[in-house]
Amino acid sequence: MRIWAAVRMTIVLTVLTGIVYPLAIAAAARALFPWQAEGSLVTSGGTVVGSALIGQNFSAPRYFRGRPSAAGNNGYDAANSGGSNLGPTNKSLLTAVAARVHEVRESNPGTTTVPVDLVTASGSGLDPEISLAAADLQIPRVAKARGLDEDTVRKLVRANTERRFLGLFGEPGVNVLMLNLALDRLRPGDRPAGS
Amino acid sequence: MLANAIIQIGLFIALVTAISVPLGHYMARVFANEKTFLDPLLKPVERLIYRLGGVHPENEQTWVEYAVAMLLFSAAGMLLLYGLERLQGWLPLNPQALGAVAPDLAFNTAASFTTNTNWQAYGGESTMSYLTQMAGLAFHNFVSAAAGIAIAIAMIRGFVRRNAKTIGNFWFDLTRATLWILLPICVVMALALVWQGVPDNFAPYVRAKTIEGAVQTIAEGPVASQEIIKELGTNGGGFFNANSAHPYENPTPLTNLIEMLAIFAIGAGLTHTFGKMVGDPRQGWALYGVMTILFLMGVAVCTWSEQRGNPMLARAGANEVASAMQSGGNMEGKEVRFGIVDSALFATVTTDTSCGAVNSMHDSYTPLGGLIPLLNMQIGEIIFGGVGSGLYGMLVMAVLAVFIAGLMVGRTPEYLGKKIEGREMKLAMLFILIFPLVILIPASLAVVLPAGLAGISNPGPHGFSQILYAYTSASANNGSAFAGLNANTPFYNVTLALVMLCGRFLMKIPALALAGSLAAKKSVPESAGTFPTNGAIFVILLIGVILIVAALTFFPADALGPIVEQLAMRHGHLY
Repeated sequence: MRIWAAVRMTIVLTVLTGIVYPLAIAAAARALFPWQAEGSLVTSGGTVVGSALIGQNFSAPRYFRGRPSAAGNNGYDAANSGGSNLGPTNKSLLTAVAARVHEVRESNPGTTTVPVDLVTASGSGLDPEISLAAADLQIPRVAKARGLDEDTVRKLVRANTERRFLGLFGEPGVNVLMLNLALDRLRPGDRPAGS
Repeated sequence: MLANAIIQIGLFIALVTAISVPLGHYMARVFANEKTFLDPLLKPVERLIYRLGGVHPENEQTWVEYAVAMLLFSAAGMLLLYGLERLQGWLPLNPQALGAVAPDLAFNTAASFTTNTNWQAYGGESTMSYLTQMAGLAFHNFVSAAAGIAIAIAMIRGFVRRNAKTIGNFWFDLTRATLWILLPICVVMALALVWQGVPDNFAPYVRAKTIEGAVQTIAEGPVASQEIIKELGTNGGGFFNANSAHPYENPTPLTNLIEMLAIFAIGAGLTHTFGKMVGDPRQGWALYGVMTILFLMGVAVCTWSEQRGNPMLARAGANEVASAMQSGGNMEGKEVRFGIVDSALFATVTTDTSCGAVNSMHDSYTPLGGLIPLLNMQIGEIIFGGVGSGLYGMLVMAVLAVFIAGLMVGRTPEYLGKKIEGREMKLAMLFILIFPLVILIPASLAVVLPAGLAGISNPGPHGFSQILYAYTSASANNGSAFAGLNANTPFYNVTLALVMLCGRFLMKIPALALAGSLAAKKSVPESAGTFPTNGAIFVILLIGVILIVAALTFFPADALGPIVEQLAMRHGHLY
């Protein structure tokens, strides 16, 4: 008798909280915020190039680079999120960070200090952002590779910077994918919008 | 930097206070079956649930009947989830055609979600179908939280009732917690999360062609509906492997704030529910004060240690100094949008409670920064705590505190008009001792058995910390991890599942027995010799008792892990 009540209550509450509730939220989300509900997907020329919220790999000098990623085998695997989980006294951490610092200095001549976020893996492996310092450091390289003046690139960086919420919560950051897309949309001689 | 940290943390606790007082009073009305503004909408649903479930909410239960109903309900839900995991390959809403979950992992996950732990030895996006996520996992997020609230309410009734045999009806408490508290908040806040960018769909994973020409497969799913109950119910099981560090689970500083507030809301609110139900709001405020002080101590140390950074990273040439251009600090395993302060705050909040969601990888914290989450769990997650379990855990500590005060003055201790006698003290001590037993014994087995040692991913003392953290998290029903530990092995899946079940049910039973024992007592009138439990002296005494119990129990273990590693790190020693 008691067991039967427990089983019935399990089924009833599963239907309510496990089926009706998520389906209702999905329907309401689709009606109210369709773009976000679908994953904030960004298209270019009709094809999906990524999500505004999800970082991706960049290697060419003409693109800003994101943070090192431990997601999947090649980084930025958005079906396999995760961090490095290297402990603070693990030799492998020191070796990896030292190699990345070296690489940043090689590809960005004239670098004085290397911001920590640019040489450490994010928690998700999909961090879409880098710090303002990490973006500034790459401006000369990107400008040179594209034949643009640094001010033009700097203005685009500022335009793709997310501020703190209410000026208080979180940290400012530069969305790397959106910045690179904006760079690609820039025709030679163009000035970024708003300037 | 320091100013921003103080303002953020100060504003956060102010918001928690502002939310928890009205929420606590509302919850008191819900469980007293008084009128609320949601009644016209929810009363018909409530009646339907009782009819379909075949239960009679007006039948009062003794503590034994209450416990049996809770245990049978948990067992049925655990079996259902195990079945869903094993059969998901043949069931709908599985666009990625994910196959059956292996038996040991399915058992571990079923135990994990049934016990409100949400320890995850798997990556969500690569293991669980959409149906398993919603009907299996999100269902448990609701009902395990509702069951926790139910037991807290039953325990409060134990203090309030006099010469009573019964402590309420489990089905009534469970249903009302789900319908009046969890669901309405989830509906509103899930949509707020979607607005900020959390997806909610049933689409197959998106194949994006990146601008450098590679293919990026982006996992999707009904994330928002599950995300909010994960926090509100202090469950913590991520839709994705990276949990709340994943930009789809937690895209902005605003979603981060919402999620942290959701984690604390009910646990904090229940202290005021308690104050209201026992007829003295100051009794609730005293517990709230104890929790707030312990919270602030933890978050201060964690933020300081993470902002100070890892000297190894500086040695490798990384600049960890905070400025207007970067958050600096130990950014390994952290997200730029959260920086140091919001990561350390989240880590403290999620382990003060039994949540265990993470927005940064605790395994990569500095040793001292990682000690705070560990210590928060070892204290027993009574700093606001798991929904329900935090309050009944704190009430057990309060019973111990008045007992110690009674010994000091040579009087029979009382709490809220109830004499605390031999039987109550035995049950309280059972509750307090079961917890470290099911952490330390299995953890010490794991460090001597090859199957346990095989899971370690970081050498040196950090490897021991990984194992200690895992069993602490399982016993405390937290679910966060030093996630480098390779825990998806039969050894860890089975031992951790058993620890989670013991940590939940072996502790709930003495809690309910204590409630039953208290309800049966008569009330003694307050006299000049009664030790007041609603003032500053009691707050200080209770904090002292909590810290001393945790330190006596866990200091030797912690010294071998995080504490020795901190010393090693400061001296430049690597492993």
